[in-house]
Amino acid sequence: MRGELLLCEANTVLKCVQEDGSNRGAYGKLICTNFKIAFLGDESASDDNEPEFKNKIIGENDITLHCVDHIYGVYDEKKKSLSGQLKKYPEKLIIYCKDLRVFHFCLRYTKEEEVKRIVSGIVHHSQTPKLLKRLFLFSYAIAAPTNTETQSQTVMFDAIKDWREELERTKGNMKYKVLSANEAYKVSEKLPLYFVVPMSLSEESILQYQGRGIPIWCWSCHNGASLLKMSAFPKEQEDNTSQMHKIFLDGVYKTINKPPYEVLKTDDLSSSLPSLQDIQAAYTRFKQLFLIDNSTDFWDTDVKWFSLLESTNWLEIVRRCLKKAIEVVEYLEGQNTNVLLIEENASDLCCVISSLVQVMMDSHYRTKFGFQSLIQKEWVMGGHCFLDRCNHLRQSDKEEAPVFLLFLDCVWQLVQQYPPAFEFTETYLTVLSDSLYIPIFSTFFFNSPHQKDTNVSGEGHNAQSSHFRFLTVWDWSVQFEPKAQVLLNNPLYVEKPKLDKSQRKTTRFKHQRQLSLPLTQTKSSPKRGFFREETDHFIKNILGKRISKLINSSDELHNNFTEFYDSWHCKPVDFHGLLLPHIEGPGIKVWAQRYLRWIPEAQLLGGGTVATATKILDVIEEVQSLQKKMDEKHSLTVPQSREALPMLRNSARLSSLFPFALLQRHSLKPVLPTSTWKDLEDEDDLAKRDDEFVDLSEVI
Amino acid sequence: MYVTNYRLYLRSVEIDPVVILDVPLGVIARIEKMGGASSRGENSYGLDITCKDMRNLRFALKQEGHSRRDIFEILTKHAFPQSHNLPFFAFVNEEKFAENGWMVYNPMSEYRRQRLPNEQWRVTFINEHYGLCDTYPSLLVVPYNATDDDLKKVAAFRSRNRIPVLSWIHPENQAVVMRSSQPLVGMSGKRNKDDERYLDIIRDANGQISKLTIYDARPSVNAVANKATGGGYEGDDAYPNAELFFLDIHNIHVMRESLKKLKDIVYPNVEESHWLSSLESTHWLEHIKLVLTGAIQVADKVSSGKSSVLVHCSDGWDRTAQLTSLAMLMLDSYYRTIVGFEVLVQKEWISFGHKFASRIGHGDKNHADADRSPIFLQFIDCVWQMSKQFPTAFEFNEQFLITILDHLYSCRFGTFLYSCESVREKEVVTERTLSLWSLINSEKAKHTNPFYTKELNRALYPVASMRHLELWVNYYIRWNPRIRQQVSQLL
Repeated sequence: MRGELLLCEANTVLKCVQEDGSNRGAYGKLICTNFKIAFLGDESASDDNEPEFKNKIIGENDITLHCVDHIYGVYDEKKKSLSGQLKKYPEKLIIYCKDLRVFHFCLRYTKEEEVKRIVSGIVHHSQTPKLLKRLFLFSYAIAAPTNTETQSQTVMFDAIKDWREELERTKGNMKYKVLSANEAYKVSEKLPLYFVVPMSLSEESILQYQGRGIPIWCWSCHNGASLLKMSAFPKEQEDNTSQMHKIFLDGVYKTINKPPYEVLKTDDLSSSLPSLQDIQAAYTRFKQLFLIDNSTDFWDTDVKWFSLLESTNWLEIVRRCLKKAIEVVEYLEGQNTNVLLIEENASDLCCVISSLVQVMMDSHYRTKFGFQSLIQKEWVMGGHCFLDRCNHLRQSDKEEAPVFLLFLDCVWQLVQQYPPAFEFTETYLTVLSDSLYIPIFSTFFFNSPHQKDTNVSGEGHNAQSSHFRFLTVWDWSVQFEPKAQVLLNNPLYVEKPKLDKSQRKTTRFKHQRQLSLPLTQTKSSPKRGFFREETDHFIKNILGKRISKLINSSDELHNNFTEFYDSWHCKPVDFHGLLLPHIEGPGIKVWAQRYLRWIPEAQLLGGGTVATATKILDVIEEVQSLQKKMDEKHSLTVPQSREALPMLRNSARLSSLFPFALLQRHSLKPVLPTSTWKDLEDEDDLAKRDDEFVDLSEVI
Repeated sequence: MYVTNYRLYLRSVEIDPVVILDVPLGVIARIEKMGGASSRGENSYGLDITCKDMRNLRFALKQEGHSRRDIFEILTKHAFPQSHNLPFFAFVNEEKFAENGWMVYNPMSEYRRQRLPNEQWRVTFINEHYGLCDTYPSLLVVPYNATDDDLKKVAAFRSRNRIPVLSWIHPENQAVVMRSSQPLVGMSGKRNKDDERYLDIIRDANGQISKLTIYDARPSVNAVANKATGGGYEGDDAYPNAELFFLDIHNIHVMRESLKKLKDIVYPNVEESHWLSSLESTHWLEHIKLVLTGAIQVADKVSSGKSSVLVHCSDGWDRTAQLTSLAMLMLDSYYRTIVGFEVLVQKEWISFGHKFASRIGHGDKNHADADRSPIFLQFIDCVWQMSKQFPTAFEFNEQFLITILDHLYSCRFGTFLYSCESVREKEVVTERTLSLWSLINSEKAKHTNPFYTKELNRALYPVASMRHLELWVNYYIRWNPRIRQQVSQLL
């Protein structure tokens, strides 16, 4: 790979593979570069075994340095976490990856000298804090010849034109305007170069607090209601500053509360959703359930699987995010109300909720390019701190929180509940989540557009560096061959029927659903609030009397929500219309493809969703070939080219883990639980009884 | 609202959208009056109806007149015809269908499909008039080397004379799945030379020298406890050529309680915040896991070709039927077609005497009967789990399974009425009633899985891990209005 440097290596390392309870292994060389840790097997895999769905960047035995989660050493059968300076070197190295792979490398047959070098090398390069400039991203970009820019359909939102078009698309341009005040990041380093605000806001007020306290537009609904976000002022302030903030906000609210902006609901996400620390803690517990060392582990945890899952709280957090998004949708759609999401930097949970709302309400964001544009708009330009949240530089564990992953998990819930509504597949989401750790794409390796831009233009000690260009993750051809990319597209997706623009507003396609809602709008006073235990003191003060009224209405809020939710679920789904997820207990599931894909025990040979996908692709192919035959009959021109067959053909026995972890289990033997549960607690009496009590000794 | 001899039908007059309730009376498990003449308050006076399909119905009635008494009496009479000397609705049903479902299963052609009889296995008519065993079908497949006399002697040593007979033979390696009831070992550890010899003949039939594998579906404690009532299991001393494993599947009472708990967490409202731990505490999926695990072991043993397998529990009509039919479903792709599955149910469940009458309590008012248990439902749930794990392996869809379960209770068809063939023959069921398969096969498209990919001779092993088992929401929670939507979408 360009810009990749070999840092250390070790020979005769044994990579252990668990299979059917026995240990097998392969000898090879373990290397560590400034990009990845890789195991190079001595026996080069024959071509037949070449996996068909191959990542061109990351091989089966490659772990990028950013993908390493934890490293353990085994000393005399005991597992110890490895970090910092090592005094003793382990006989076995276990690497847990962020994409949940687990590698076991046995070093018993390796030369002591090499063990020392490789272990300390790996620990050093993957675990110790790094400088931003030392990211492989830069080495790669510098070494790369200037890329020819490929025109992609993904909107990057780095040009004023992109925002204008988005405003036009959502019909938000009547009330909102794009500002270029932040060119050269004069207003704020957190904000992107261009952003959208209510038309009536004056330029001065925007400049006043570096963008804090300013409602920033995210998206407009067909009925004109808009979704906005705002970074809050820090809560602890001296009296007169906070007094000034109050007055400032008062002014802002007054401006935007006037027609044409109707009523505004605000929601402080930092008080109504779990904190970043909670999210991080839940995910840490959750992922542990999938980092499994061996088969015994697997079956032991299987017995109490559901309560283990519940105790991690991860699915509950997913559920709460989805629920919050539905609440926001209800305001926008059901009550025609603007919604303002507030959070300290407006770049974590704001991103989750605002993008979820948009995925649920705007079918454009359920297409692949739409979804990518949404991530550009809300996450990349919205200044989500990918670098800190993923802890790519290993500088501070405190900032780490899988916020983006939480969002993908929420989207996955929607995808699995309504597969035909999405142009992309769960595989797409899974590889997207893996791409978080591949340091050749700039998309997920900066905290803000400002940080990226300043590092690209570089404080120019190197003349060449000013010309390099980063790759974006949306260029999927970097990672996958076209035939592998097929798996990212949902064959069951039906494109939205294209209509005249003039028609769009009134058509039957659009809002079948909410037209038949039980008149929520007339029944509910539009002044009803979004606040429950709003703690944001200054907002309370500003809105004074109105707020107190709002606080009492939490029951009503609940009723509105239930009514909206229930009535939506009573009607047939329009896959191009509004989409609300099921959020009852059974509706929220484990993203099995991402989390179970490396576990051989969990593999369904010839089953899983991939089986359905195979069938669909087969049918499509059959239809195409029939079509071709018909065409041939009708016209004399014989088409020369045969379309490349989807790779799924001929492989009747694909496993459910496909396209990941191909052929992990070679044997066709079924897996059998090794520990089963027998405890029946309170039912002991019943359990001891026989099915029917008949004394058989009398029968004979 | 009106009540016919088949259904209870309610159509709302005021509410929009119109609420329609259409309940076959056979589904009703229990009818109770609630409130008395003096009851005050809205909806406190009326009827409370418990159904067998995971829902309860509550009707509020006006206190004036005697409307409640009339409805109660009529409902009781027709919901529980057996307790009132009335015939099942199936006997008066005059529907017509394009297909005749009674033709689906013919034991002889099913055995021929398995290429039986052959040099090792013969068809015997010894039970033609149910003289050998009154809960077995008239036609049985037994080892060629065992005479009818031998069979009679063996019958004396097997609970309710349910001797080991063949259920399925592997087309290539000739290993077989046998089913029976427990041996009558008793406290004193009785032995029976004929039974021992008989099992040895079975072991020998596929030409392997290894031991015969016996799967006792029960937990070992229960098997031991059964000795006290004259039952037991095949001990090492008496059966040195057999290897016995216990599969730890619990009895009908445990299953009934488990389902009751499941109903508590899904009806009328779905537990929201602690859904997973509530689900775990019902143990329903753990029971499913154990049944599937057992069936996988049976299937794997047979498919490996190393040994034939005998499956039994106590009487061999509940857990045994679950295990043999699931193992056959895993081993033989024929049973994964619509007609093949109908054959499987007819064969392993209906003809081999799963006691539908007592397990379901058709037309019987005794709702607390300890003989009732959702064993067949559990089997269908296991099938659903398999179809979920292998979405292209089954010709039928979820609706097919739900239709079967609906008519398991409805009494519209004769298919699931009565407990064994001998009684059904006496009641002339095949002539006087219609078969459920007539309905299904007449509208096959509705029950077909569009993703079905035909594959021959491929063993299908589900993964019996809680990570893959799911609650069958579209069945157990279908009465919840929020969930119902999903169900109708799938149709």
